[in-house]
Amino acid sequence: MRGTDFVTELEAAIEGAVIGRNLETLDPWLEISPDKLLETCRWLKESCEIRFDGLQCITAIDWLETDPKKAAKVEWEPHTEIVYHLWSTKARASLVLKVKLPRWKDNQPGQLPEVSSVESVWRGADWHEREVFDLSGIQFLGHPDLRRILCPEDWDGYPLRKDYEMPLEYHGMRGR
Amino acid sequence: MSQILDEDQRIIEFDVRTDEMLVNMGPQHPSTHGVLRLVLRTDGEIVSEMEPHIGYLHRCAEKIGENLTARQWIPYTDRMDYLAAMNMNLGWALTVEKLLRYQVSEKARHLRVLITELNRIASHLVGMGAYGLDLGTFSPFLYAFREREKLLDLFEEVCGARLTYSYITVGGMTADLPPGWLQRCEAFLDQFEPVIREYHTLLTTNAIFVKRTANIGVLSPEMAIDYGCTGPVLRGSGVDIDLRRDGESIYTAMYDGYAFEVAVMKNGHYPRDHEYPAVPRDAVLGDCWHRFFVRMLEVVQSMDLVRQSIDRYSQCKGPLGEPLKLAEKLPAGDAYLETECPKGQMGFYVVSDGTPIPWRVRARSSAFSNLAVSPELCRGCLIADVPAVIGSLDVVMGEIDR
Amino acid sequence: MAEFLIETIGLPVWLSWTAIAGLSAFLILNVIAGGALVFIWAERKIAARIQDRLGPTRTGGRFGWLQSLADGIKLLAKEDLMPDGADALLFRIAPYVSFCASFCAFIALPFAFDVVGQRLNVGVFFVVAVLGLEVFGVILAGYASASKWSLFGAMREAAQVVSYEVPLGMCVVVPVMLAGSMDLVTIGEKQAGWASNWFIFHDPFTFIIFWVYYTCALASVNRAPFDLAEAESELVAGFHTEYSGLRWSFFFMAEYGSMFLVSALAAILFLGGWNGPVPVSKLLGLSDGMAVNAPYALRLLGCVNLFLKAAVGVFVMMWIRWTLPRLRIDQVMTTCLKYCTPIAAAMFVGVMLWQLFLPGGLVPGSFQNAAGVREGWLEQSGSEESVNKDSLSGITPSRRIAEVSR
Repeated sequence: MRGTDFVTELEAAIEGAVIGRNLETLDPWLEISPDKLLETCRWLKESCEIRFDGLQCITAIDWLETDPKKAAKVEWEPHTEIVYHLWSTKARASLVLKVKLPRWKDNQPGQLPEVSSVESVWRGADWHEREVFDLSGIQFLGHPDLRRILCPEDWDGYPLRKDYEMPLEYHGMRGR
Repeated sequence: MSQILDEDQRIIEFDVRTDEMLVNMGPQHPSTHGVLRLVLRTDGEIVSEMEPHIGYLHRCAEKIGENLTARQWIPYTDRMDYLAAMNMNLGWALTVEKLLRYQVSEKARHLRVLITELNRIASHLVGMGAYGLDLGTFSPFLYAFREREKLLDLFEEVCGARLTYSYITVGGMTADLPPGWLQRCEAFLDQFEPVIREYHTLLTTNAIFVKRTANIGVLSPEMAIDYGCTGPVLRGSGVDIDLRRDGESIYTAMYDGYAFEVAVMKNGHYPRDHEYPAVPRDAVLGDCWHRFFVRMLEVVQSMDLVRQSIDRYSQCKGPLGEPLKLAEKLPAGDAYLETECPKGQMGFYVVSDGTPIPWRVRARSSAFSNLAVSPELCRGCLIADVPAVIGSLDVVMGEIDR
Repeated sequence: MAEFLIETIGLPVWLSWTAIAGLSAFLILNVIAGGALVFIWAERKIAARIQDRLGPTRTGGRFGWLQSLADGIKLLAKEDLMPDGADALLFRIAPYVSFCASFCAFIALPFAFDVVGQRLNVGVFFVVAVLGLEVFGVILAGYASASKWSLFGAMREAAQVVSYEVPLGMCVVVPVMLAGSMDLVTIGEKQAGWASNWFIFHDPFTFIIFWVYYTCALASVNRAPFDLAEAESELVAGFHTEYSGLRWSFFFMAEYGSMFLVSALAAILFLGGWNGPVPVSKLLGLSDGMAVNAPYALRLLGCVNLFLKAAVGVFVMMWIRWTLPRLRIDQVMTTCLKYCTPIAAAMFVGVMLWQLFLPGGLVPGSFQNAAGVREGWLEQSGSEESVNKDSLSGITPSRRIAEVSR
């Protein structure tokens, strides 16, 4: 990872944005506070010395152990993590941003967790966010057209959540 | 509509106002490369808006990956970009190796270069032939498939499969090359080299082909980067990025010592180590013609790499090495790696909690991002340009829908 | 023939004319249907060879020569589908309209001297006009199918065919001017003799205009690279998307019929018609050209000549189809309006001036046939009589009666 001093600059520019980091691991990552995400992304793309002009991938990871025996042993609380893989064309450098969200908004099952959309920063985020919404159930605030993209529009549930159960039947077709 | 008329000079020729019409192109349409559905809003022949609908081939491979060990998921990567399954295998294998901090033997490394570059040729051949088909000429398609068949024969000898190889796997390869294979491969390359000129005559320099592709669907470098377009689509816009040179060290190490020049236009010229046809006057950097041409150049480039890798591979003494165990334990942590696949940069992301079965698997599809830009390219074009633009992006639905 | 029935056998006049009309219709229908079978088979084989394949090899023993027939039987057995929203009547009649247009044009097409369904003194005009009617079938099909793709195909076809009629008409006028007659039989007969007598070699302008004619003909019969009406990569199958079975095959018969027709027309107008490159009959001392008492064998030879020439034309069309990509609709229009029409017009003027100043051609002695007529045409400003004086000399007595009584 070339030039990690931009992290200090980022901290100075946007206070309280970086709430965790690991710059020593395989893919150096920063944990960003969810309410500062959009601001941070815009800074990284437009003001940062290494211009992260490409958003390669958005992934949502559902941290939930469904097996009660194993669940007792894990250290983390159930949560959803959104991972942004950024890439700088000029510097040929990459950066990982992580955002932690609750699995459900206000811990109310059925209420999708919310995070601001970065579609206004990188146009490519459009489809990626739609996919994450479709498969993992994250509400991206400010996305122009948040619809399911891979699953049919009337599909129920979010397949990439750990507690997802395949429907028994869909339009007369057997699911399981 | 008035905005479109201002932007596009060609449209002045069609000045009869008609009602707008919604047309469904696909998913059973002949030129949508599988099961892509495009909804076109047209005013006569002019497309004012285009919206792709994907997901007809969705099988949630990522969810399947959460229930299999890393090596068991290899066959599922085959079915993503099924035209370049070797490259898909390699992408996933390298990602897991990155997480494991594992390095394959020197011999396996050269064999990987050899096989993936051959598969790149096969993939670009389909891309080229299918593009001809999109523009209404059938013969180049069969010329391309004729050569691809020979490549598939080679692959079949190597791993027994013609399409879904699962040959490259985590920690190495499933088998070494059969005896005499290298000679047959070289014979193929010698035979194939002059055929490329045939393709250039039939398509690249064909006046009608140039008319249909030059200055159509112009993708600016800024927009390409903004949308996350990669591979030949990005290089067709003149952005000098090729992960084989610029990627992460675990991937570029594979190409250490290989001589190749990235197929991208610099100062108005493509790398000139071969006899290429000149860029036509009407072609604008970033249009369909350039995207197509970059692919054609990459075929030659890959042939070069294959020749080099054959030399290196045959010089390597030692054993090829065994792949890792089927249920190799993965260290806790995550790893993301993008590799240069024929369609673009294919990224794999693996998150592990310390068990052999990954906690989360993610495939970042290049064609997915490349297709996302198509509504921008198709705005204001004619219906006939829609297949031309989609074809020049060279999408494979298996990879987009995963 | 009718006279033969009337005079020799003594059939009533109305019956003999009807019988002859029926016979001609039967023969022409078989030429089209049989021709379509042969050409579809040829197209498969040619396409296959161009594409490094074999094409049909088994059906009917060797070379798959019965493949088209097998396809025909399959098409017969296929369900005749019609979309729900289609306009039933128009949807059903559209293929017949197309087919009839192509069929009717054959009526005035001479296959050899006097081997013609109905000799018309406005033959060229009739053929071109009737061929143009084919577009109605396509428009009807596109409109009545209740499919947007069909409609697109039909509108493209309408725009394209109507535009190409203009340069096509201009090209066709040139041989008419050279021969001084619109009668296809006369035009063909004017080119008797050595190949240098063919109108394509008459002067540089006619040589160029032949290629313009061929391009326009290609466009007006919807063959690649002008096959936009059925562009399968854009419009699924264009105007015949919703058709199946026999109705669909009627469109194809019409297409192959028209292909043969425009190629035969090219042969008659520019390539010497039924006259071979070497005047065999004259050299053998059989007759002057294929005139008055030419034996029927010579007429048969004429037929073979014409079929060969037309087949070459059709072959080139197939060759082009399997080689070139398709043009876009605006480029098709550009080709027509910006290139074909001005070139045709300029060449037309050129031929006219050539006629004025170099009526005998560059080589003295050639084009005597044509020149004689031309002089008459110029001097007497198109008097029907002087034109016919020359052309009548090449007509059988019975035909002459008919001509005079007209």
